[in-house]
Amino acid sequence: MQFMLLFSRQGKLRLQKWYVPLCDKEKKKITRELVQTVLARKPKMCSFLEWRDLKIVYKRYASLYFCCAIEDQDNELITLEIIHRYVELLDKYFGSVCELDIIFNFEKAYFILDEFLLGGEAQETSKKNVLKAIEQADLLIDTATTQSTLTVASEPDSNTLATIQNTVSTA
Amino acid sequence: MRMPAPIRLRELIRTIRTARTQAEEREMIQKECAAIRSSFREEDNTYRCRNVAKLLYMHMLGYPAHFGQLECLKLIASQKFTDKRIGYLGAMLLLDERQDVHLLMTNCIKNDLNHSTQYVQGLALCTLGCMGSSEMCRDLAGEVEKLLKTSNSYLRKKAALCAVHVIRKVPELMEMFLPATKNLLSEKNHGVLHTSVVLLTEMCERSPDMLSHFRKLVPQLVRILKNLIMSGYSPEHDVSGISDPFLQVRILRLLRILGKGDDDSSEAMNDILAQVATNTETSKNVGNAILYETVLTIMDIKSESGLRVLAINILGRFLLNNDKNIRYVALTSLLKTVQTDHNAVQRHRSTIVDCLKDLDVSIKRRAMELSFALVNGNNIRGMMKELLYFLDSCDPDFKADCASGIFLAAEKYAPSKRWHIDTIMRVLTTAGSYVRDDSVPNLIQLITNSVEMHAYTVQRLYKALLDDISQQPLVQVASWCIGEYGDLLVSGQCEEEEPIQVSEDEVLDVLEGLLVSNLSTPVTRGYSLTAIMKLSTRFSSLNRIKKVVSIYGSSIDVELQQRAVEYNALFKKYDHMRPALLERMPIMEKTATNGPSETVQTNGETDSTILDTKHLPSISQPASQANDLLDLLGGNDVVPIIQTTVPTKPASAGGELLDLLGDLSLTGGPTPTPASSVPMSQPPFLLDGLTSQPLFNDIAAVIPPMTAYNKNGLIIEFTFERSNPNPNIAVITIHATNSTEADMTEFVFQAAVPKTFQLQLLSPSSNVVPAFNQGSVTQVIRVLNPQKVRCYCEPRTHSASYRSRSSEISPFVLKHLQKSDECLSGAKLNIAKLKLRAASH
Repeated sequence: MQFMLLFSRQGKLRLQKWYVPLCDKEKKKITRELVQTVLARKPKMCSFLEWRDLKIVYKRYASLYFCCAIEDQDNELITLEIIHRYVELLDKYFGSVCELDIIFNFEKAYFILDEFLLGGEAQETSKKNVLKAIEQADLLIDTATTQSTLTVASEPDSNTLATIQNTVSTA
Repeated sequence: MRMPAPIRLRELIRTIRTARTQAEEREMIQKECAAIRSSFREEDNTYRCRNVAKLLYMHMLGYPAHFGQLECLKLIASQKFTDKRIGYLGAMLLLDERQDVHLLMTNCIKNDLNHSTQYVQGLALCTLGCMGSSEMCRDLAGEVEKLLKTSNSYLRKKAALCAVHVIRKVPELMEMFLPATKNLLSEKNHGVLHTSVVLLTEMCERSPDMLSHFRKLVPQLVRILKNLIMSGYSPEHDVSGISDPFLQVRILRLLRILGKGDDDSSEAMNDILAQVATNTETSKNVGNAILYETVLTIMDIKSESGLRVLAINILGRFLLNNDKNIRYVALTSLLKTVQTDHNAVQRHRSTIVDCLKDLDVSIKRRAMELSFALVNGNNIRGMMKELLYFLDSCDPDFKADCASGIFLAAEKYAPSKRWHIDTIMRVLTTAGSYVRDDSVPNLIQLITNSVEMHAYTVQRLYKALLDDISQQPLVQVASWCIGEYGDLLVSGQCEEEEPIQVSEDEVLDVLEGLLVSNLSTPVTRGYSLTAIMKLSTRFSSLNRIKKVVSIYGSSIDVELQQRAVEYNALFKKYDHMRPALLERMPIMEKTATNGPSETVQTNGETDSTILDTKHLPSISQPASQANDLLDLLGGNDVVPIIQTTVPTKPASAGGELLDLLGDLSLTGGPTPTPASSVPMSQPPFLLDGLTSQPLFNDIAAVIPPMTAYNKNGLIIEFTFERSNPNPNIAVITIHATNSTEADMTEFVFQAAVPKTFQLQLLSPSSNVVPAFNQGSVTQVIRVLNPQKVRCYCEPRTHSASYRSRSSEISPFVLKHLQKSDECLSGAKLNIAKLKLRAASH
């Protein structure tokens, strides 16, 4: 995988993980173009598209788009499973995760991703093990100086990833 | 006074989200950035982590955060885990390997790789594996290698992927990881297994030696895969009833690489592949992901044919899957295999064709490409029906490619000429504006060569024009055809379908309509003007055509103006040449390249020369006149130039063989009459001003003048000179005189040259040779003979009533011409023929 982007339906970036070295300007350009392209896709279209010399795999979960760029020899269908696994991990960690969780706890979203993928490849295929590692690491946090996981007061405009629960249990 | 504590991250996020405008947000951010900057200046350790976290949030919103880079390094160096966590995250987000500052991380990472807490080690491995530069990798590869051998699976799996990154950055370091790979696959831990397979894959992909070395792992890999499939439910790794699909897919991929090109390995994995292919649950995406990878592996290794058929059938089933992603993947794979397993893929043709109607753009495109790959002589009719229907309804992006594909397929497999023309018509009328520019000359050539379909083609094209003149390629092809075959159109000769009744005026109305229409491009206008001009020799409405042509002599469009002026000149001064110039085009030979053939390009439509210039060596003649020429010349080394229907007075041709070789002495022939004795009405090299090429200045003629033909009162003499500026081109001026009592009208001089020659015939002074030697016709011929081939010359005369072969032939030999690198530029050719026969050298 070359990079993963999470963005809202309005095109606001919620997470960006780059596994290839690019300068800020290039990253911004790619992000802008890709977000535009994916948002323009109609619901009936498939989850894959060719973009530049990469294969783009994307899937929408409630109000968030999860978008990965993979290389020619990578398996698109399993990438969909990777995306799904990540969403499951977030869901387990945050408890019925929604976009707001990821907005207010973006650094946690990164930590979870970094326990699941490394250098663009899956490092751990057991859901349990990933979550265990995060929990253990969290215990090392010195509560005096860091932001602990505050519960986010539900805001009137919060979008829920309620559909996640369904997809998780039936997957 | 102590500064107030910087606000917490969540609070900042909440605050920024309350901003109602971009400007408001920017203001908040700037304020906070200022606060953060001063906090950084204070070297406050307590809140550094919080501040950097806030900075990272603002960075994600798109604001600059470079001033936090050094702070990240300080956080990494801190002893607090929280600091390190945010510091490494910040490094991964804000730093990239182009910046020198990231090198400062190297030492910290090195220390952290050896930290007592595995989670700290994990952070270091993750960061290195994500964004480590080549230098960092070089420095730290040893540490990574050490960790690759640890028994701690948490670290081992991370080290494996970190090693993958190191190898990608510094391929030479691959060797050092080899020992550590020894028992990677004996691990029970799936994380380690998965990352180990990834590492092995990377190494095998990069090095053929590694590949051979690791082939021995095939049995072990097969065993692991087998266990995954056969083992019972494992909650930890289960995904919809399948045990660790991620690992299965990676193993299959590694097997693909190991089995490729290797019989033994391929055989060893044959069974397991069959097993996976038949037993995997296909109801969910995860099962299909595994099947997909299996199919790719089967197709790539040396699998037995039964297995291959199984794989293609899986793809065929995929095509019927409701899930469009699966269909997409199937089409992609089928495209890859259609060349090698053509017959197997053919069996799924109808399903593939159905995918043309899919809603997804990518699926449609693949289905289209695959359809073209599957077209053959047997299914052409059915397939073309589907493809034409697709062309009608597809997105504009597709139309150009689809049209080109259809033309190609039609050319290769057309069952009949009529079908071919019909198909082209269909494409032009439905997608005429999307057709590629080079299709127009290709189509023109195709139509020209389908001689028996001319009437039908022109009729259909004419009808199409009546309907719609907006599609330029269609209009251009139609204009060209009407210009060529307009006579067939008005005479109602069509056999293939009901001939339409159309008058000359109606046809001219249409063509003139094109000239004035806003829809016509300048190129199209050029086509239609030339078509109108051509009709002057096929229609009788000469005055109307003359009028049109003269009107456009003052057109604003320079191209059009030039054409009109030249056509006008043709009417006024060169009317005798007009019929021959504008006669029917001969069949054109297609050149080997895919591009437009040269002959078509010199059709006169794409350049502004007045005549339809024809490229010298590549035309083959369909008419019997040409055959006559060839017969005399005997052999394939002579190519006649152009045919003409213009006869001269009947005369029994004859002459003597003159040999100009040797010391310029003429043997066995009549003494040449000196050129000066022939009265000339015009200077021999007067050109009509349509060419700017200077003829020649006098340079000492090496070859003396000679009489080429002297029979029945007609004497043709040649005078020779070398051309200046290019002395390697011989310029021959012919003088024809007529001592009989009657004028010789419609005198035409024709020339044919061997392929190695280049010939340029300039306009004759006249085509009437006046009686009683009262004048002469002169004509200039320029000859280039780069290969110094000796040639003979055979004059011949034609008669309208009979094509007689002259019983006495008088060829003569032209002196060797010096080799020259210059080529005569393709200029206008006159319709004169002189036959030359290449002598054996």
